Amino acid sequence: MTFVKSTFRHPASAKNTVGFTKADYEGALSTLCAGCGHDSISASIVQACFDLAIEPHRIAKLSGIGCSSKTPTYFLGNSHGFNTVHGRMPSVTTGANMANRDLIYLGVSGDGDSASIGLGQFCHVIRRNLNMTYIVMNNGCYGLTKGQDSATADRGSINKSGAENRFQAIDLAALAMELGAGFVARSFSGDKTQLVPLIKAALSHPGFSFIDVISPCVTFNNNPGSTKSYDYVREHIEATSSLDFVPEEKEITINYESGAPASVTLHDGSTLSLLKLNPSWDPTNRMESLSRMQHAKNEGHILTGLLYVEPQTQDLHKTINTTSKPLNSLTEKDLVPGQSVLDKVNAGFR
Amino acid sequence: MKQNVRINDMVIRFANVNGTGSASANDLFSKAVFRMGIPLSSKNFFPSNIQGLPTWYEVRVSEKGFTGRRAGVDLIVAVNPQTFKKDVTSVVPGGYFLYDSTKNLHPEFIREDVNYIGIPMMKLCMDNYEVPRQQQLFKNIVYIGALATLLDVEMEVIRGIIRDMFAKKEKLIPPNLKALELGADYVKQNFSYPLNIRLERRNLLGDQIIMDGNTACALGAIYGGATVAAWYPITPSTSVINAFEKYCKKYRIAEDGTNNFAIIQAEDELAAIGMVLGANWNGARAFTSTSGAGISLMTEFLGLAYFAEIPSVIVNVQRGGPSTGMPTRTQQSDLIACAYASHGDTKHVLLFPATPADCFDMTADAFDLAERLQCPVLVMTDLDLGMNIHLSAPLQWNESRKYDRGKVLNREQLEEVKQFGRYLDVDGDGICYRTLPGTHPTKGSFFTRGTSRDEYARYTEEGDAYVRNMQRLEKKWETAKKYVHAPRIRSTGRKDAIGVVYFGTSGFSAEEALAELKSENVEFDVMQIRSFPFHAEVEKFMTAHEEIFVIEQNRDAQMRTLLINELQLPPARLHSVLNYDGMPITADTIQEQIRKGLNQLKKISVS
Repeated sequence: MTFVKSTFRHPASAKNTVGFTKADYEGALSTLCAGCGHDSISASIVQACFDLAIEPHRIAKLSGIGCSSKTPTYFLGNSHGFNTVHGRMPSVTTGANMANRDLIYLGVSGDGDSASIGLGQFCHVIRRNLNMTYIVMNNGCYGLTKGQDSATADRGSINKSGAENRFQAIDLAALAMELGAGFVARSFSGDKTQLVPLIKAALSHPGFSFIDVISPCVTFNNNPGSTKSYDYVREHIEATSSLDFVPEEKEITINYESGAPASVTLHDGSTLSLLKLNPSWDPTNRMESLSRMQHAKNEGHILTGLLYVEPQTQDLHKTINTTSKPLNSLTEKDLVPGQSVLDKVNAGFR
Repeated sequence: MKQNVRINDMVIRFANVNGTGSASANDLFSKAVFRMGIPLSSKNFFPSNIQGLPTWYEVRVSEKGFTGRRAGVDLIVAVNPQTFKKDVTSVVPGGYFLYDSTKNLHPEFIREDVNYIGIPMMKLCMDNYEVPRQQQLFKNIVYIGALATLLDVEMEVIRGIIRDMFAKKEKLIPPNLKALELGADYVKQNFSYPLNIRLERRNLLGDQIIMDGNTACALGAIYGGATVAAWYPITPSTSVINAFEKYCKKYRIAEDGTNNFAIIQAEDELAAIGMVLGANWNGARAFTSTSGAGISLMTEFLGLAYFAEIPSVIVNVQRGGPSTGMPTRTQQSDLIACAYASHGDTKHVLLFPATPADCFDMTADAFDLAERLQCPVLVMTDLDLGMNIHLSAPLQWNESRKYDRGKVLNREQLEEVKQFGRYLDVDGDGICYRTLPGTHPTKGSFFTRGTSRDEYARYTEEGDAYVRNMQRLEKKWETAKKYVHAPRIRSTGRKDAIGVVYFGTSGFSAEEALAELKSENVEFDVMQIRSFPFHAEVEKFMTAHEEIFVIEQNRDAQMRTLLINELQLPPARLHSVLNYDGMPITADTIQEQIRKGLNQLKKISVS
């Protein structure tokens, strides 16, 4: 059963600019294992939506099947959710987005859901540049069926039963880059400082945004020899930058401790402030980013942070020229051409 | 030759090569018959190929209005030497073999009981046109000219159609008219004409139209308010989406030039139906169009739509199965696959159109039904109905019609609801209230899932809650019977009458067979089934008749199985009349099987 949290709210809880407390963005009590990385990601999603002051009903959250795909129950309880079928979240999100372009679409998936059974849909939703945020909670294994290797498990990684994975890993972030995604990032469930601004930026990006979040499976893939364990990830993490996301309407001054901040202005005037760790890196250069990712991989590093952003992007609605009104708001008046047109059509078939 | 003149009653077959432009010439002939006020139907028998393989186009002309397929060809226009052997065999004794006599006909194709009409089509074209492509294309018009003269088709009617066809490319009109004359003149100079089979103007068509079912489905989707179409190309359903797009571009453009529609060509059928569910979940009317192989792939999502109660419309243009089957041939063989699609206990609403007007009405109705019943609705057409042209009542739309959007709570209604439960049966009809994303900041949100849940959409594995939900879905199924299309029944009024049941495209030939049998004083009570679940009227008919013939186009008698299964009928009372060779069922086949069945029944009653 679903555990229901208390709905009591402390009257003094801080409210965001649209009048909601952080608790208004929470969901039911998680039923995942204690210490699961996914719960930290859920918490980051809650924080990001609270910070962005999105009214909860303006978000639709969708997922596939698996541990990760259960998480939408555990965040944004006031948003409509759709736990679809295994590997098919992208198509359902595509349809939902076509029906109402005014909502914000958050898709949550796992490495089994996206890199195996759903790899096709993952690729095609990127090709179409659907305006959505796609988060993969990546733990390198199938948690819900007790720890089989997934397609993102690194070759040579040792699973809980001591077996070595003999197959190449699919790097979803690199694949997303290759397929032309306009926003690609990688993060670590244990690093909220990095993850929260990434989610905020992704939700605000007016096209397809992808975040691959390494999220250790405490039960089945946190053992020595696993390349997706907390210890391994912490030891091998390398960040591209530290990031802050500045929505258009707000002006926030950020004081960086060191380094020279670079900013990227987005379509709507929002700003991504990047504190680059490598002064020569340009996050709007796809070739350079791909090469840096490949380089980090060769070095055995896990490159995290914003990997690539295309500030000006054209989403699917723009490509297929749909009306600015949500299609689900059109009525008979907009949709029915009437009997006079039908008379003309009939005449053409005589 | 002048004996036994037969007027407005014939089958003309054209044997062509795929990709040679013959299709539009053959349509020209069909349209001419139509404009002479004579009932007809035309069927394309085409290969799964784009260029080079044999293709046939068959026109049945019937003053009596019988437009099902009829076996036996009265005149064949044979322009594909690859199939001469088969083509000459298909002609009835005393029939005609019209061929291109530019080259001599090999003696092996000569039959004593067939009349040969050689027209040097290629030579006439070589002599009169210079461009090779034109020589090829006008060959088709040459045989139309010859055929029209032989059958006494009014030439001015054909000229009128050519002028209509090329209204936007006027310079093509004179060379086409010239080709027509070349064919006509050759006949006039070399043969006695018209033949003993010929056409005569009538006024039998009233306000009828002649069109393909796929286009009618597309128009039904437009008028039915579909704004999202997601699909994956598959014969024979592709032209549904092609037509939808064509008419959307004409009639669904907003004032600012943007589109009041979204059409997505998906990566496969799984994604196509996924998009349809996503859009409907979010309050847009969305549909897909597919055929058997696509249905197999969509099955998982159909189960989700049933269980999570998401409206969706699927046009299934059935073709020969199983597997890739006969992709360019017709069948009614997806009934069971669709009725019970997906694992677990599932059943789905099916509609059975029989004419283009039905395709239009039922596709539009499917959107109302899907939203009212919150479930998938499958419009079960087939290749014959979808891709061939059929006479039909004109398409009509009631201007005062409002869409039935079903039970959807808006923001104001949500303010008044004490505790919203997505799967709470408030009205006792098994249909619950749903909400759309984005309606209310704090009320009415719920989690849609394919897993078991309670009345408040909370995940649960409690057996009681699961059973309550499954029973409610069963109650909804009962409710559906009141909303779906009632059958069309024609009764003799006799208590001991034997019943005949048909649906979809079997109707054309069934009615012909029944008329033929009636002329011998064998009369039946007749029911055309139009939907699944079976309407109460269907049950009444099925239980009221001791013996019933069920006509359908599949091997396993799938409609019969559904009837037996759903209505708990004794199987021995339902006798199958079947055809599943991929060609539309004929009246002869139906008559023959019914006669055989009647004889067996007599034997049984005697013994």
